[in-house]
Parts: sequence; structure tokens; C-alpha cells
Amino acid sequence: MKHIKTLNAQTLQNTLKKGGCGECQTSCQSACKTSCTVGNQSCENNK
Amino acid sequence: MIQKTERGFQVIHQYKNNGYNIVMDVNSGAIHIVDDVVYEVIPYMEEGWKEEAIAEKLKDRYKKEDISEAVADCEELKKAGTLFTEDIYKEHVIDFKKRKTVVKALCLHIAHDCNLACRYCFAEEGEYHGRRAFMSYETGKQALDFLIANSGNRRNLEVDFFGGEPLMNWQVVKDLVRYGREQEKIHNKNFRFTLTTNGVLLNDDVIEFANKEMANVVLSIDGRKEVNDHMRPFRSGKGSYDLIVPKFQKFAESRNQEKYYVRGTFTHNNLDFSKDVLHLADLGFKQISVEPVVSLPEEPYAIKEEDIPLICAEYDKLAAEMVKRHKEGKDFNFFHFMIDLTGGPCVYKRLSGCGSGTEYLAVTPWGDLYPCHQFVGEEGFLLGNVYEGIKNTELVDEFKCCNVYAKEKCRNCFARFYCSGGCAANSYKFHGSINDAYDIGCELQKKRIECAIMIKAALAEEE
Repeated sequence: MKHIKTLNAQTLQNTLKKGGCGECQTSCQSACKTSCTVGNQSCENNK
Repeated sequence: MIQKTERGFQVIHQYKNNGYNIVMDVNSGAIHIVDDVVYEVIPYMEEGWKEEAIAEKLKDRYKKEDISEAVADCEELKKAGTLFTEDIYKEHVIDFKKRKTVVKALCLHIAHDCNLACRYCFAEEGEYHGRRAFMSYETGKQALDFLIANSGNRRNLEVDFFGGEPLMNWQVVKDLVRYGREQEKIHNKNFRFTLTTNGVLLNDDVIEFANKEMANVVLSIDGRKEVNDHMRPFRSGKGSYDLIVPKFQKFAESRNQEKYYVRGTFTHNNLDFSKDVLHLADLGFKQISVEPVVSLPEEPYAIKEEDIPLICAEYDKLAAEMVKRHKEGKDFNFFHFMIDLTGGPCVYKRLSGCGSGTEYLAVTPWGDLYPCHQFVGEEGFLLGNVYEGIKNTELVDEFKCCNVYAKEKCRNCFARFYCSGGCAANSYKFHGSINDAYDIGCELQKKRIECAIMIKAALAEEE
């Protein structure tokens, strides 16, 4: 594609299919404790 | 023709940062780096304009064939489900309300006491609006039993040793880790222990034990000496920087610069906080988190609405510097710019938010349960205790329903699948409801997402 470079091919829609196992980390445990950040977490299924 | 996307829900967010034109397709999570012509064409396409009309509108600046190519590229992405994607998740929220949740993480308030007197402490120097107290081994043991019993078939269980200052009750921490290790074998669980400490009592025994047992450690320091010492003094008024820095450096090195954060708070007093982040990087730390203070406007150090432009400019400055340092081989992680675009959380996680009050609970030294550490001491949020379990199930249901679709402010925000509705405690603090959003926090969160994606774009360019 001449005009567009896509950074990530995987889409959120696809995660509906196999997501929701709940094994992922709880957001506030990592560092923040005052500001919810979910988008930076990794999926345990992908490990 | 491009169909008009659903009104009322933002499907595209585009912005320029550090020389990049970035387009976020909100509902698919796809991120595109585009040239100027696509950047200008997309808003018209989103509004449903036809190619001819766009070409006519932009004829002074772009050739007809360039517009045509840009539209064709966008149409291709739309077909692939990565541009102008509609929100298909709302229907899943209904199921979500009915979902059975399990407890998978506890924040153990090992000590409601502290050996520092940080001015901004939401724990009020460790006391959390209550009395000074240490958690006993028996209460902690009961908390771990409660966690195991309420974790269903979840294998990974997280336990954070928090305070106050948990090293003031270190023996209990060690004993609880030992107990947890015994129990995880019996119940086929995997405990991930973490520790949050101010470093005052950090010694070789703690370092050795933590390196063996703690999946992560959070080391509190605000940055430059004058900044740290102003907000993080001892009760005597003396600053803590000189005591803790060498200990933290040793600790970080002993963990191979992994699985830890030096974690600071910036306030209205140091809005030039990028200097504090870079100071920590220059001290050799590779895992850094410096976060905005959350406090009511009457506090002199509170971040005010008028501070937002300056803070956003600092985030931009920091992001650009991180790209520069990466190119020089001097990179470090900044927690709030970390973003996983390919292996990030599933949409269920993004919809459910941080898990406070449902999957994540805080335990006081005497065993009371609260939705999270920030609610401790707010008697209206008492959920039960580790001996009798959760009594206030209505409150748990309220937290269960706390998601991006329940919050008016989130419904049309491009960041909704990254912050997942934000912090319930912050919402409550500023609006008296967990289903609102802390507005200053939202603006800063949005800026951080933009910066984080720009960094990814810059790194992708190198590949």
C-alpha cells in the first residue's frame, strides 16, 4: 500500500473468539496503583 | 461508496505527533501510519463523502489520482476490518453483567504504618483514615486461603504486599510467601507475589528473598533529589533520596534490570516531570513509572485543569526523547507509554476494566475486604472480610457493571479500549460515583496513548 503502513494486523474483533480466559494480570498490581491502564497488558494466551 | 459509520460512537481518531500522521481505528484497535493525503481524506470518508466530492474539496492541494489511490487504500482496509470498523461489542456487555467473576488478585495491606511522611499519600502516612496496624500471619494466611477458595479454576493468582510500608512487617511477608508456596502445590495454583516499598528498610535479606520470590517489585521514588525530598520526607522533615537511591540501584541491578519499577508521582510542583523520568534513567534504571498525583483541587500540589497543556507537552517531549535514546542504544521503559498492539488484552478484558471490586480486592491488616486499595477506609465500600467472605454482594454487582458502556463519558472516547473506563476510585473521589470518570486523568491518559503509539510508529520505521 502506497499511502498507508499498518502497525498491527490483529484486530480486537478476533479476540472475541478465544478471549476471556481471565488468566491475565490484574491491572493495578503492576505498578500504577492510581491510574487504570489496561491496554499495555499482555494476553496470557499469547505467551 | 463508503457507508456512513454509526453516529454517536467515535470510530476513528487521528492525530499528528513527532512528524507522524497516526490513524487509530477505535473498534478494531488497528493503527495506521498514513501520508498527508490519506490523513485529509479519512475524515471525509468517515462522514460518507464520495470520492469525487473529496477530490473536488481537496483539488487545490492533491492530484485527483492521489485522492483516488488514498480512497482505494482506505476501502481495502475497511474490507479487511481495520478501518471504519463498527462497535460490535455492546451486545457482549449484557452477558458480561451476568458473568460469574472469581477473585484472582489481592492487595494485602501488610502494614498500616509508614516510616516516611509523603505529603500526597492517599494512605495518609499509612493509616488509611484509621489506626496504625500490622497484619498478623493468621490474617494473611486466611487471606490467601480466601483467595484460593474464591479463585475458581484460575491458576495465576496475584498477591501484592502493600502498605503503608510492608517492610515494617517483613517477617509476616516472608512467612506468607512460604505458606503460599505450600498451598499452590496442593491446589494447583501459581502465586505471583509482588512488593511495593519505599526502600527505607531495604537490605540484603530483602533483596535476596525478593529476587527469589517476587514476580515484580515497585520501588517508590519521585525523581530528582529536590523533587523527591520535598514530597517524600521522613517524619523529621529530612529527605529520603540519599538513603534510597543506592539501595534501589543495587536492587535493580541484582534483578538484571527486569521485573521491577522505580515508581514516582509527579504533582503540580514538578510539571516538568520529564526531567524526573530522565533523571531516573540517567541513574541507570531501565523500568520507570512516573505518574500524575490524584488529589482534590484544594491540595496545593494538586494537578489542575490548567496544567493539562503543559503536562501533555512534557509527555510529547519525553516520548521524542525516548525515541532518540532508543536510537542511541540507551533505551528504557516508561510504564505509561507501554502498549501492546499485537499481543494485548482481549476485548473482554478491555471491557471489564481493572477488575476492582470483583477480581481484585484489598485486604486491611485486620482482614476487611475492600474493592481496591484506594477504597480502604471508605466504610461504605466495605465488602466483607477474609474470615466470612464477601457480604456486600450488591456492591460487587455494581463494580461488575462498571465498564465503558456504563459510563457516559467513555462511550464516545477513542481511548475506551485502552483505559477500559478508567479508575473507579478516582471517579468516586471526584464525582461521588464509580460510573463517572476523573476528567483530568482522562485527558492525560489519552495523551499517553497517543505518545505510546507514536513511539511504536517510530520503532516500526527502523525495522
